[in-house]
Amino acid sequence: MSTSLIYAITGIAIAGLGLFHFLSQRNILRKILAGNFIGTGIFLFLVSSADRQADGPIDPVPHALVLTGIVVAVSATALLLSLLCRYHDETGSLTLDEEDDE
Amino acid sequence: MNEWLPLLIPATSLIAALIIFFVDEESRGLRTFVNLTTASLKVLLVVFLLIGVSRGENYRFTLPLFFGFEIVLHADALSLLFVSLSALLWLVTTIYAIGYMDVSHGHDRSRFFGFFSLCVSATTGIALAGNLFTFLVFYELLTITTYPLVTHRGGADAIKAGRIYLIYTLGGGALLLVAIVWLKSIVGAANFVTGGMLIPFVASHQLELTIIFTMLIIGFGVKAALIPLHGWLPVAMVAPAPVSALLHAVAVVKAGAFGIMRIVYDVYGPGVCTELGVRPWLAAAAAATIIYGSMRALRQDDFKRRLAYSTVSQVSYIILGAAIIGPLATVGGLVHLFHQGIMKITMFFVAGNLAEEVHIKKISQMNGLGRRMPITMASFSIAACAMVGIPPMAGFISKWYLGLGAIAAGQGWVVAVLLGSTLLNAAYFLPIVYRVWFKEPDVPFDPPENGRKLEIHLYLLIPPLFTALCVLAAGIFAGMPFSPLAWAKLIALREYGLQ
Amino acid sequence: MTQSSILIWPVLLPLIFGTVVFLIRGRSVLLLSLAGAIGTALASFRVSHAVHQSFTLVHEVGGWGAPLGIVLRADGLAAVMLGLSGLVGLVISVYSLTYFKSGSRKQQLFWPIWLLLWGGLNGLFISGDIFNLYVTLELVSLGAIPLIALAGTRDAIKASLRYLLLALLGSMSYLFGVGLLYMRFGVLDLAMLGNAITPDLTAYAAIALMIGGLIIKSALFPMHFWLPPAHSSAPAPVSAALSGLVVTASFYMVARLWFYAFPALDLAKLGQLIGLLGCGAILWGGWQAMRQERLKMLVAYSTVSQIGYLFLVFPLCNTAVEGSGIAWSGSILFAVSHAIAKSGAFLAAGIFINVYGHDRISELRGAGRQLPMVTFAFALAGVNLMGLPPSGGFVGKWMLLKAAFITGQWGYGVVIVCGGLLAFCYIFRVLEQFMTTPDENAPQLKAPVVMTYSVLSLAVVAVSLGFFTPVLLGVLGVDSPVSLVSFAPEALLP
Repeated sequence: MSTSLIYAITGIAIAGLGLFHFLSQRNILRKILAGNFIGTGIFLFLVSSADRQADGPIDPVPHALVLTGIVVAVSATALLLSLLCRYHDETGSLTLDEEDDE
Repeated sequence: MNEWLPLLIPATSLIAALIIFFVDEESRGLRTFVNLTTASLKVLLVVFLLIGVSRGENYRFTLPLFFGFEIVLHADALSLLFVSLSALLWLVTTIYAIGYMDVSHGHDRSRFFGFFSLCVSATTGIALAGNLFTFLVFYELLTITTYPLVTHRGGADAIKAGRIYLIYTLGGGALLLVAIVWLKSIVGAANFVTGGMLIPFVASHQLELTIIFTMLIIGFGVKAALIPLHGWLPVAMVAPAPVSALLHAVAVVKAGAFGIMRIVYDVYGPGVCTELGVRPWLAAAAAATIIYGSMRALRQDDFKRRLAYSTVSQVSYIILGAAIIGPLATVGGLVHLFHQGIMKITMFFVAGNLAEEVHIKKISQMNGLGRRMPITMASFSIAACAMVGIPPMAGFISKWYLGLGAIAAGQGWVVAVLLGSTLLNAAYFLPIVYRVWFKEPDVPFDPPENGRKLEIHLYLLIPPLFTALCVLAAGIFAGMPFSPLAWAKLIALREYGLQ
Repeated sequence: MTQSSILIWPVLLPLIFGTVVFLIRGRSVLLLSLAGAIGTALASFRVSHAVHQSFTLVHEVGGWGAPLGIVLRADGLAAVMLGLSGLVGLVISVYSLTYFKSGSRKQQLFWPIWLLLWGGLNGLFISGDIFNLYVTLELVSLGAIPLIALAGTRDAIKASLRYLLLALLGSMSYLFGVGLLYMRFGVLDLAMLGNAITPDLTAYAAIALMIGGLIIKSALFPMHFWLPPAHSSAPAPVSAALSGLVVTASFYMVARLWFYAFPALDLAKLGQLIGLLGCGAILWGGWQAMRQERLKMLVAYSTVSQIGYLFLVFPLCNTAVEGSGIAWSGSILFAVSHAIAKSGAFLAAGIFINVYGHDRISELRGAGRQLPMVTFAFALAGVNLMGLPPSGGFVGKWMLLKAAFITGQWGYGVVIVCGGLLAFCYIFRVLEQFMTTPDENAPQLKAPVVMTYSVLSLAVVAVSLGFFTPVLLGVLGVDSPVSLVSFAPEALLP
């Protein structure tokens, strides 16, 4: 089993874990963290795909992709967190449940 | 030039509408000017076209849209019959509507006249449509543009009437859409061809074509008020009088009847209709509508409702003419398209005058009204007699040719229907005439306002008088060239390839 | 400068102006924003025109080509979308000039984010590879969500949070798919991918992930639940941009992948599944729209319904059946006309809220007499949503219906017609209120002029779009993935 395959499987596992929490958690903060987990898992998977040719050079494209992806993920997280702050100020709640809807 | 003329006809009223929408509510003069100029211009254009088509000129406008779908406006003899009716009556109704809006202190006049013009634009588009696609485009446009007219008054009953009207007509429109797309996916091009275009497809697609025919008839039958699809028509009576006049005589019911004619003559063709065995059914539906409408009319005391049920009945004469195959019956149906228009519009003008001037809406209140409003009631009497079919007036001509056609086609039962219907017509119209002229008024009528000498506002008086004279003329001068009868004969000769 | 370099302007101009507007304060904000908007629109039109005149434009940014550099590619489809975003974006910008209170914080924040969003959209339309599509899609989401939150109400914040969480999930799913494709085939460029792709498990898994993610983003039933609250609670110009352009962009991506990157694969079953979801969307969205109390919610549910129509292209456009390509042009035409009409409807709703202070349908009685032009504009947009002639919606629906007949898939035809009937119901529910006589002592109301006429112009374009079908098809036909000519046997008949 090659190293990159281990990375790939780990990446998928982290992403799966994140997805599970994303769907099961009600707390928005936890959802955000879970979303970041998914992202990290996918990035790990992408990086591992750089080693496509067994003995050729490492493909640089996936790294570029991951860098871009990280930037996007960070911006999205920042936006989510600031929205959450605002939401918490307004409602005092950290969940999106329908009960508090009038 | 020949290419652009058919486009100009709907375009004149479209342009009028676009201007009027932006005219300030108070600028009565400007609005009237635009209305009358464009309406007169349209009449002139139609006269020009009439002369051209009778000489065999070809007027065709084509705008390709996508993959063999085109907007085609084509002035053939049949379309000109309808166009000349709508152009003439639009002018008259516009004059009437201007007076009506003044007298009744109407609101939102720019909106009213804007949609009024759009409605006529759609009607002439229907008349000139050269294929089913174009026909559907204008047909749906007509539905939409009449809605604000029907609901113009804005009261709860008007809104309800608008809703019923839409449920019927948009439902019918959806059926038409499916039927036409289906037909096109079988046939390909669907330009109207005099004498029909489906002959090569009958053998292979008999069942499909029969189903499509049924769907098309139901779709058009909604507007033509075939029973049991007529429910919207009496309800839509809440609209202002000029709108009712337009709906009943020119635009909506006529569009339906005209659609059925196009289907029978220029899409399926008389021969194919016979081969598919659909004609007896269509004839039966028309005959049932004729009798049923008259029976219902007999029992209405509300004047406009009686007129409405009378329309239900009368429009089916046109459809009956289409259902009995044969040149004579065709002439009868076609000429009735025109005759019914001028007769019924006279009656609705009269109904509007009564409601506005003396506030009478019920027939039982009309005793002795001839003394208060002699010209109005004389117009009504002429139209009523013509409707019953007293020679030599317009209605007689229609019924005569329908009867001759039925006998020629070996459909003797139709004559019985015509006779029965004539008796019913007489039963629900002649008592009104009697009541108006020969009975004493129960209560004194409201006198004319501020010492006016005329029985009613001039703009409300001229239109019914004019159309009543047309009714007389159409009968008396039926033998002249360019009379509705002569034109209907021309169409029939071309449809049956006799010319 | 080569001719293809005009491609960068629709993306670069809004980004430049957005940044500048973000940095300055005062009256010049409006002036510069308007200049940016006009410039962006003109740049977009110029690209559309150039594509129509000649052929697909390809620009390698900075001289670096695929597979490493960023390639911008404007073919017929992209040109149509660029033209659309130019038109709708321009009208939204003009409308927004007076929508936000002058000098307010909202106005200050709106313009930079809106221009950023617009630039992102344009970038999305001309992206030549699947990863740039991802980046621009994120740019669009990150622009759209703060704009919703700009409304500042509790509902808006909540809706934007929910939207962003789901958008995050969707884009992660898409990105995963991109990773899988790259790992297996080693290319990102759309055209190269189309040649390289082979049917195997990795490819199908990637497709499922990518399209699944995009379905969330484009709010296809049953993933639509985030859309109505988000679109209805945003400020009116933002609602218009969201329903008009942002949702269309996600659909565009699915169509782009389906017809350009995956044509070699047999996706008929997936197409049927998406088609079923589309039918669900048409019926459920229409039904819900009919039951809404508030105008903006109604319009938003109408979007849910109309998105369903767009996705019918996937089952209906079957390359094996000659003539079914009409579904392709039909759905693109439908997307364009829906975008214009829906923006118009939301902008009109914004004026009602502006004037009446609310959008409760039952209390908008008599608007037809008080605000005739706005009512007229809303009705025209409604005509398009109902699919009545001569609107683009009519032509689009006609084409889809015809494709349903040609491919013998009757069920879709029935749904298409039923969806139209539902649209009649919900549009006329509103128009009935407008037509009703206002209360006796209803005040004289004045509609804001600039806003009214910008809405009206959009509505008029939407309703007359049917007549411009030849132009649209002319543009769309440039490097079209399905033949737009060969399936017109009737054109040859008399």
